[in-house]
Amino acid sequence: MGDGKLLVKEKDVVVPGEVLATGMGYLPGHGTYRDDNKIIANRLGLLIVEGKVLKTVPLTGRYLPKKNDVIIGKVIDILMSGWKLEINSPYPAVLPLKDASFSYIAKDADLTKYFELDDYVVMKITNVTSQKLVDVTCKGQGLHKLRGGRIIHVNTHKVPRIIGKKGSMISMIKKATNCKVIVGQNGIVWISGEPEMELITVNAIKMIEEQSHMSGLTEKVKAYLEKATGKKLEISVKD
Amino acid sequence: MNEDLKAHINYALKKGIRLDGRKKEEYRSIEIRTGVVATAEGSASVKCGDTEVIAGIKLNTGEPYPDSPDEGVMMVSSELLPLSNPEFERGPPGIEAIEVARVIDRGIREGKAIDTKKLCIKKGELVWMVMIDVLPLNHDGNLIDIGGIATLAALRDTNMLEVKDDKVVFGRRTKEKLPLTNMPIPVTIIKIGDNLIVDPTDSEEGVLDARLTVSVLEDGTLCALQKGGDASLSIKDINNMIDLAIKKSQELRKKLNEALKDD
Amino acid sequence: MMSSEYNKRLDRRGFDETRLIEAKAGVIKKADGSAMFRIGKTTAYAAVYGPRELHPKHLQNPKTGILRCNYNMMPFSAEERVRPGPSRRSKEISMVTEKALLPVVNLEDYPNAVVDVFIELTETDAGSRCAGICAASIALADAGITMKDMVSAVSVGVINHQIVVDLDGEEEHLTNLDVADIPIAMVPSTEEITLLQMDGKASKEELLKAIEIVKPVLRRITETQRKALKEKYKGQGGL
Repeated sequence: MGDGKLLVKEKDVVVPGEVLATGMGYLPGHGTYRDDNKIIANRLGLLIVEGKVLKTVPLTGRYLPKKNDVIIGKVIDILMSGWKLEINSPYPAVLPLKDASFSYIAKDADLTKYFELDDYVVMKITNVTSQKLVDVTCKGQGLHKLRGGRIIHVNTHKVPRIIGKKGSMISMIKKATNCKVIVGQNGIVWISGEPEMELITVNAIKMIEEQSHMSGLTEKVKAYLEKATGKKLEISVKD
Repeated sequence: MNEDLKAHINYALKKGIRLDGRKKEEYRSIEIRTGVVATAEGSASVKCGDTEVIAGIKLNTGEPYPDSPDEGVMMVSSELLPLSNPEFERGPPGIEAIEVARVIDRGIREGKAIDTKKLCIKKGELVWMVMIDVLPLNHDGNLIDIGGIATLAALRDTNMLEVKDDKVVFGRRTKEKLPLTNMPIPVTIIKIGDNLIVDPTDSEEGVLDARLTVSVLEDGTLCALQKGGDASLSIKDINNMIDLAIKKSQELRKKLNEALKDD
Repeated sequence: MMSSEYNKRLDRRGFDETRLIEAKAGVIKKADGSAMFRIGKTTAYAAVYGPRELHPKHLQNPKTGILRCNYNMMPFSAEERVRPGPSRRSKEISMVTEKALLPVVNLEDYPNAVVDVFIELTETDAGSRCAGICAASIALADAGITMKDMVSAVSVGVINHQIVVDLDGEEEHLTNLDVADIPIAMVPSTEEITLLQMDGKASKEELLKAIEIVKPVLRRITETQRKALKEKYKGQGGL
């Protein structure tokens, strides 16, 4: 019984309650559910059809922590056993003493020597429990406290596009503006460079956020960067 | 990092650049609309960048204050609605909201925006009461200035209500406008390091050292002042901030008059 | 004896005709999701913040997130100024609004967290709680919250046995006729009723008839809500 009628097109914006397909031929993936013989969207997103599976790519919504994600958090509390960080999610992260540094930290040490309130830190999520307790680590390449620069918030669902295939998009931006840029999976982005260049970086990232699913985006961003910085750029990986 | 961020903002400001690319003396784009609330006697909505504020005027009659028996009564209230910013909670107005209301109030009152002498119905017994409520729909900074401009636009939009047997007939508006005299414009200048900037966003307000709100009348007279922030101001600072406020008030006055002309 | 039939509405609308409806999504930038819903001269703004951390901790539920709705009228939103602050009426409306939205929101996806919905009425001319529910529904979807469907609401009136849809202020205050005011909220896909209140007198038959009459009206309102969302995300669809 592979009968099914698709009522919407791939890459259509669908909203909760919208009937995507009728019949039993399609299967409900992420962002959809089956009710009787209908597949219905249960969140605002872009429809993706993968064979018989219908799913949606979310376009909006706060970050929900996933194991192994590299994220940027802000220290909001210093605990006995480590630090608590806000990560743009309903669930704060906890950085335990043993994961803060490669060197040993004594239990009675002054923890503010390592991370103080309001410090921003690049970390990796080591575990998310079923109750959504989030453990992170700072031991690893590229994981450290952030100094200077500025922080912007972007839609967490646009992060893959901002980074680009094999990091191609963000590399192009960094080359053009000479800024250091770290994009957290949780939608927090750190940018550091000359003020004018930082601004160009912010504008480029906002452009990607707004036009994330349109074709020719890489060309558009390249054109903007070339105009704004006067540099000639190359696209390393075509999308 | 807040010290870090402040140092960073200072460095950018020295080059004349703000986080959103504006110059130090540059306002975000301003949009003013009046008559946006059907149930208010007068109303206005002002958008400045992402900040959006609504001011509404409600009229009623009541007893005058004993020390001004032939003058109408006015009051400005404000609330930092939790709808407008993730940091706000539902509850009675905190000190921030109270300050916004009182500073706008002071400017309107001392600047004699409303001709309260013309709001007397029966001396010592019955006068008009003008209740002004200023509320943000989206709070991205500079609430006092934007609220103040919304208030002035709403006052201009206000029509009087009918009175029958000394009682207000709610919902029955007359063709008579609320008697107004001056237009005191509040301009808040904030100081970050050695830099003076206007029209701060939410994040710029978060790192300010000090601020000075100056209400300015058309002829350049000051009618209200409010210093805020934890740091102190030198006399030179105050001098410079007032000069900048007077200059900016002229620009804002022009914008406001243009917007009101179209109505 | 004067005819005591209400056979022509005060504003000449059809019996099953609503006032002019305007709906817009994403109107409050600071919020995770937001909407404006206007019906006639009743305008509701809704902002959703969440899912976010719930304080105080003892309110947290490890099995599911909670929904918190807060309805408020701006002081200038009625003929006579409304004293700022919660009233018994606004507290009750907050509660029934929450109950109206609960059946569609998938709160199990957000354990320990809270989804805050703030509703503000800038002007009212009857039907304010229904406008608030419609705005809140759009705002929840705009915030990326997983939900089975939208919720649509409108007030039905029974005026001297005549059923009229979308009672306005003038009709609500008629003194020479019997007026029953029935706010109804419904989930369009299942026709489940999530809000039902009544002020005034009506027979059981009239009530059931009113519910039947209002169904297609609510479906039209749902379309308006869906359209508001699609309008906002229009540019983000693909190809």
